[in-house]
Formats: sequence, structure tokens, C-alpha cells
Amino acid sequence: MTLERSSRRPRRAGVRRAGVRRPGRHRLALVTVVVLVLAVVLVPLLARLDQQLVDLRSAGLPPSLAHPFGTDEVGRDVLLRSIYGLRVSLLVGLAAAVVSVVVGGLVGLAAGAAGGPLDRLLMRVVDGFNALPHLLFGVFIVALFAPSATAVVVSVAVTHWTTAARIVRSEVLSLRGRPFVDAAVSGGSGRLRIVVRHFLPNLAPHLLLATVLMIPHAIWHETALSFLGLGMPPHLASLGNMINDGQRSLLVGDWWSSLFPGLLILVPTLAVSSLAQHVRDRANPRWRSELNL
Amino acid sequence: MLEARDITLSFGRHRVLDGVSLSLRPGEVLGLAGPSGCGKSTLARVLALLLRPSSGTVSVDGTVVKGWRHRAPQRTAIGLIFQQPRLAVDPRFTLLDVIAEPLRAARRPLDRAHELAEELGLTPELFGRRPHEVSDGQLQRACVARALVLEPRYLICDEMTTMLDASTQAHLVGRIEAYRERTGAGVLAVSHDAELLHRWSDGNVRDWNPAPAPARNADPAPAS
Repeated sequence: MTLERSSRRPRRAGVRRAGVRRPGRHRLALVTVVVLVLAVVLVPLLARLDQQLVDLRSAGLPPSLAHPFGTDEVGRDVLLRSIYGLRVSLLVGLAAAVVSVVVGGLVGLAAGAAGGPLDRLLMRVVDGFNALPHLLFGVFIVALFAPSATAVVVSVAVTHWTTAARIVRSEVLSLRGRPFVDAAVSGGSGRLRIVVRHFLPNLAPHLLLATVLMIPHAIWHETALSFLGLGMPPHLASLGNMINDGQRSLLVGDWWSSLFPGLLILVPTLAVSSLAQHVRDRANPRWRSELNL
Repeated sequence: MLEARDITLSFGRHRVLDGVSLSLRPGEVLGLAGPSGCGKSTLARVLALLLRPSSGTVSVDGTVVKGWRHRAPQRTAIGLIFQQPRLAVDPRFTLLDVIAEPLRAARRPLDRAHELAEELGLTPELFGRRPHEVSDGQLQRACVARALVLEPRYLICDEMTTMLDASTQAHLVGRIEAYRERTGAGVLAVSHDAELLHRWSDGNVRDWNPAPAPARNADPAPAS
């Protein structure tokens, strides 16, 4: 009997059955995110158009070739302002997500790694923050400042760091009991070394996922706060401000003033969530090798 | 001498170790046999200074241990080889990282890690592989190398050869015997395989059978 090696590549059905591979979905999400990021970076640099320019002769025009997203009640181009608004919302969302995950991650790491009274104290603080209705608490925080991006970032970070703290603490508690951490202790590794060499690399996928998932959530909060008139300064194009401005136009049938900024919240949210799923799959060395089969 | 006296340890209401005493002399191979769940691995972790007992003392070469885990400066004098190599290595480490970890912690050169890996039958092409890319036997060889790389004075092998084929078992036991003869280290071999222990320790085996009252009469008696 002879063994013949097939020239065909082995089927990857097993991997697909395991739910790890979802071909193409993350590529579409990646293309979407890249296009949106390029738009918010390049359009303000290249387009010689003023997004604040008021032209009452063009007020309330529906979508057309000249104005693909139409114009608002004072004649400003909705597409141009949506791109500027998305830039502000993405920057604020990213900053708020990074700050909340860094703060929450440090608290969770300290609680999980130290254990004992410090863990109990920090977790009661987390419980205290979680007991507050976070949108109202966020409104209270931005009300302390003048409307600005910093106020929104602080508001979102203060109300959302507890999520990252809980994720990191539970993961550190799980890691602490693993035999490979015992082996590192037995081999002479100190606390700091174990945190740097074992805890942080194993936490990285969770932190990355928490950050990526927090970005759309932070954008929603920025939008909500701006919609309430408490977020970004009113003259600045942010998606929340645009939807807030557009609600008046809705009453006279100008649906495009709110719809397109709203879609620009939805599309990056779905794309970023899909990318986050893919990043989580790739971050696990074992899954990564299966994905490369 | 590595000595445990009157060790008692409970997990919640369940008393796992109850007044256990054990001593291991340098150069000695002592087998510790007993059924699954009788507390052998827990005792191994106490002796490796990874688990603080509720009461009792552990002393290393006459010095009574005061701190445990990170607070135990004597912990590198005792090497521990775990039962399941898959759980005993960080899934993100390469095999060379696994073996070199104690050397890096001690700020020593890494040459010894390469030598020891090759002595244990790991070829250089395996050094860069991660745990999921090698077999259980290859992974356990890396774990044995990690335990030996700082040349501990006592070595605790907790069901080290479980799940391994006969030739890998023989090779690992042979390497540990060579290490013991070269350095004069004491070896505590823990297993439920009494036959393996009798062959390895030349009959110097303590049978730990806590029945009929589990963990109440669990005293493997001091080694002579």
C-alpha cells in the first residue's frame, strides 16, 4: 500500500465549525474603518470648503449630486459637516476609551494582584460607581465644566472605568491561580516580573477588546451629551450636535439632516465591533495558529 | 534537609493535610505514593513554599521558613515539576522562554538554558515553538529543564511522568537521576504509580493511604 499526498489544501471546515473563522467579514469592517479614517483625516486637509459656511440660498436642499447628504437649515453641506463631526466624535471616543481602560485596568490589576483588603476596598469603590446611573452621573460631570472635548472625555472615563476594572481583576484572579504563575514564583520571579511577563501579555487581548468596544460606546455618550447641549461646543460640528440641530428640520420633512449623521454613528460602531471580534480571535496564539491553517 | 513538621492545611471546611510530617535529605530519592485526591500535590506545593499551611513548619537546611511564595527567599532552592505541563507553561512563551525564565529572574546568562534543553533532548528547532506546537513529552522536558536550570538543592516531581509514554518517562527519570548524582540534590517523587516509585527510589517509598478517615491519619511518617 502506498500513501499519496494530496496536492489540495486541507479543508478548513473544522475551524469554521468551531466558529473561529468568519471569512471576509472583518475585511469589510477594516475597509470601512480605513475609508472613514482616511476621510476624516484627508478631507479637512484637501477640501477647500468651509464647513461653517452659511448659505441661506441653499438651505434645506435634499440630497443631490452637488450635496450628496443635502444641506441643513442654514445651507451648510451635511456631508462635509458629517465628516468633520465624525472626526471630532472618533477622537473624543478614542481618548475616552483609552483613558477609561487605562484607569480601570490599573485599578483591576492592583485589586487582582494584591488581593486581600486592597482588593475588597477597590471593589467596593467599583460597586459604588456602578450603583450610580451613569448617564446622569456623566451629565453631572460635564455640567461642572464648560462644554469641551476634555469635559466629555472625563465624563465618559469616570463613568466607564469600572467595566475595565472588573474585567481585568477577574482575569488576574484567574491567572494568579494557574500553575505557570506558581512555576514562575518557584523559579524566583518577583511580583513585578510576573505582572509584566505573565499578567500584562495575557491581559492584552482583553484590554484591547475592552478599548475597541468602548470606542463606539464613548461615541454614543459624546453624541448623547452633545444632543443634550452639554457636550461639544454648539458651533463645533460633532455628530451629536448635528442630530440635535437636525431635529428641528425633521419637523418640516428634512429627514437628511439627522439621518446621515445618525448613520455615521451606526456604521463605524458595527465596523469597530466586527474588528474587535477579529482582534480577539487573532490575539490568542492557539486560535491564531488555527486561523493560519 | 527539607523538612515539614505537623503540617495542617484546610480549604474552607475541608482539611486536606492534618499533622503531616516529612523529611527529605540531600542526595536521597524518596517516593511518596498515594491514591488520587489524598493531598500529595498539596503537600508538594507546601514543600515548594508556594502554599502557606494553616499550621506546622517547613525548614530548608535547618532554616525555618517564615515567608511564602514571593516572600520566601529559599524558594529557588526547591524545584517543582508539575503534573500537567500544558498548565505549567505560559501559552505565550516559547520553549526557550520557559526554560530561561528562572535565569532571567536571577539575572544570569542564558547559555545554561540552551545546554540543558539539548541535554533533555530538545533540538534547537523546538526552542522557538510555543506550547501548543509541541507534544506533551516535549513540553514536560522543557518543564524539567526549567526546574533544573537554577540547580536547586531539592527537587519535587509531582506526578511528573503521568500521561507520558514509557520511553519519555525513562529518559526524564534518567536525566533527574544524573542531576541528583552530580549535585547531591534530594528528590521527592510523588506519584500514584507505586511500581514506578519503587524502581526509582530503590524501595524508599512512603505509602500515604489516608483511608478510612480521609486526611485525618495522613501521616506518611518522617523519612528515616
